Amino acid sequence: MAFDKMELKDIEVWDGNFAAAQALRQCQIDVVAAYPITPSTPIVEGYGKFLADGYIEGEFVMVESEHAAMSGCIGASAAGGRVATATSSQGFALMVETLYQASGMRLPIVLNVVNRALAAPLNVNGDHSDMYLGRDSGWIQLDAYCPQDAYDLNFIAFKVCEDHEVRLPCMVHQDGFMTSHTAQGVHTLPDDTAYGFIGDFKPMNDMLDFEHPVTHGVQTEEDWHFEHKARQHHDLMTKVMPKIQAAFDSFEKLSGRKYNIVEKYDMDDADVCVVCLGTSVETAREVATEMREKGIKAGVVGIRVIRPFPFFEIAEALKGVKAIATLDRSSPNGAPGMLFNEIAGALFNTNTKAMLSGYVYGLGGRDLTKAHLVSLYTELQANVDAGKVTTQLQQFIGVRGPKLSFLDQNANNSVDEASLNNMSKAEVVACAKSLNIKVLVKDSKATAIEKILAGSK
Amino acid sequence: MANTGWDEFEIGAMLRTFDGKIDDIAGTLQEDRTYSQNSSFSASVADWRIEKPIFSKDFCIDCQFCWIYCPDISIIARDKKMIGIDMDHCKGCGICVEVCPTNPKSLLMFPEQADEEAELAQWPAKESKEK
Repeated sequence: MAFDKMELKDIEVWDGNFAAAQALRQCQIDVVAAYPITPSTPIVEGYGKFLADGYIEGEFVMVESEHAAMSGCIGASAAGGRVATATSSQGFALMVETLYQASGMRLPIVLNVVNRALAAPLNVNGDHSDMYLGRDSGWIQLDAYCPQDAYDLNFIAFKVCEDHEVRLPCMVHQDGFMTSHTAQGVHTLPDDTAYGFIGDFKPMNDMLDFEHPVTHGVQTEEDWHFEHKARQHHDLMTKVMPKIQAAFDSFEKLSGRKYNIVEKYDMDDADVCVVCLGTSVETAREVATEMREKGIKAGVVGIRVIRPFPFFEIAEALKGVKAIATLDRSSPNGAPGMLFNEIAGALFNTNTKAMLSGYVYGLGGRDLTKAHLVSLYTELQANVDAGKVTTQLQQFIGVRGPKLSFLDQNANNSVDEASLNNMSKAEVVACAKSLNIKVLVKDSKATAIEKILAGSK
Repeated sequence: MANTGWDEFEIGAMLRTFDGKIDDIAGTLQEDRTYSQNSSFSASVADWRIEKPIFSKDFCIDCQFCWIYCPDISIIARDKKMIGIDMDHCKGCGICVEVCPTNPKSLLMFPEQADEEAELAQWPAKESKEK
């Protein structure tokens, strides 16, 4: 092909954005349709420069919005090209309608999402609001913790999503600024090795196959829509994880770098652990090691594949842990938090006795400091020692003002008058002991029960 | 088709226009093409129509206006001769009648249930121009 190759050093100093742009160059993307938005802009800018400088044979389509960007990618992908783009935050939100089109049409587009907060108030910094917004869209979602991951996971993304048994689009997430604009040493692959890993694009049902004309983006109503969605969900639930594992395995053989669907750190004998995403995983690992020096058996579980959700893998990773904290970097706005909910679901039918508490942190790029994690691990150890969650189930970390927490599970440990009056004295005492009970009765018999309770303490 | 399960069709919101491979489709007449069951050409939308055009050969000059203007490719012409209307796809819009330049018109609109033979038998006569 008529393009120049680039000589890379074994280790280059790249930020997450440039690492992703280099991966797009090495993958020889045919079409990038993009609209710039902070902090993801340098990815598509990088592709554009490589293209203009003759390092890529492809097409850069400048469009008027992110909705148009993803629409352009959908058209190019349906036509039969290898397609990628990048976005963040508001741009991602504007893309949402077309994200569902891309996945439903089974088009293997790779979208680099540089995670950033969603307005209002307007904010350009990193949190996971946009990443969480995409989690029901039918895309595969991979999460990078550092520039090296952002580089490597792009190759994994193309390898998996272009597989004819998968044919689903894939997002590669990295944290805005914390990864995207932080330069680190990145181990590179030579151009031919990188391209060889993903291979030539193999079209499927492409519109440029004039001997087999197809109509993409058809309409189905209650007669067929459900079957299409069922097929898509089936493939996400059964076909994608084995392909990701196979891609991780062959990538390890190629590069020596090992990725896991669930990244465990010091989990073999951990009593307490945090489950988190993005750059926070690296911070938590550092603090976990320090906690072990203080005698607290701390571990970290990082999730590498957000969708499809590693339901059994995460339950396996958390086996034997006594207290778990889930760290959500997105306001759940009226719920316990994505990680809290997913992990509660993954653990619910298991034999776990683990205590689960959720934390919301780092919104709008607010730092998660090591001190925050030290007190978090200390709190988890206190839960282990007390044999119960000593705090409310949802707490905010690092927000100004009075302590903010929700879901007090002791608040509802009350018993109504009727059921209390039907209990024997022994039952009342046992109940009171186990539940830290509040007695909500007023008549004379209840007063007697209150005396029993008082006496039993 | 009605009994096809979720795991039996091709993935993607995608339909094929033809069964199998096609070759020189532009040089193949519609009736000779292997349209698939999924092609809209295979589906009749005749019941969308409440009025229908009837074509009278007697006055037609094969100007092809109706063929060009029909929004549903429902005027059937062969060798630049108007031969009829594709009643499976005509939606009764009446544009062909509007653009027909002959006197009397070679296409006229009638209620859907009108009898073609009867209407052709009492086709309007040529209107003489007022002097």
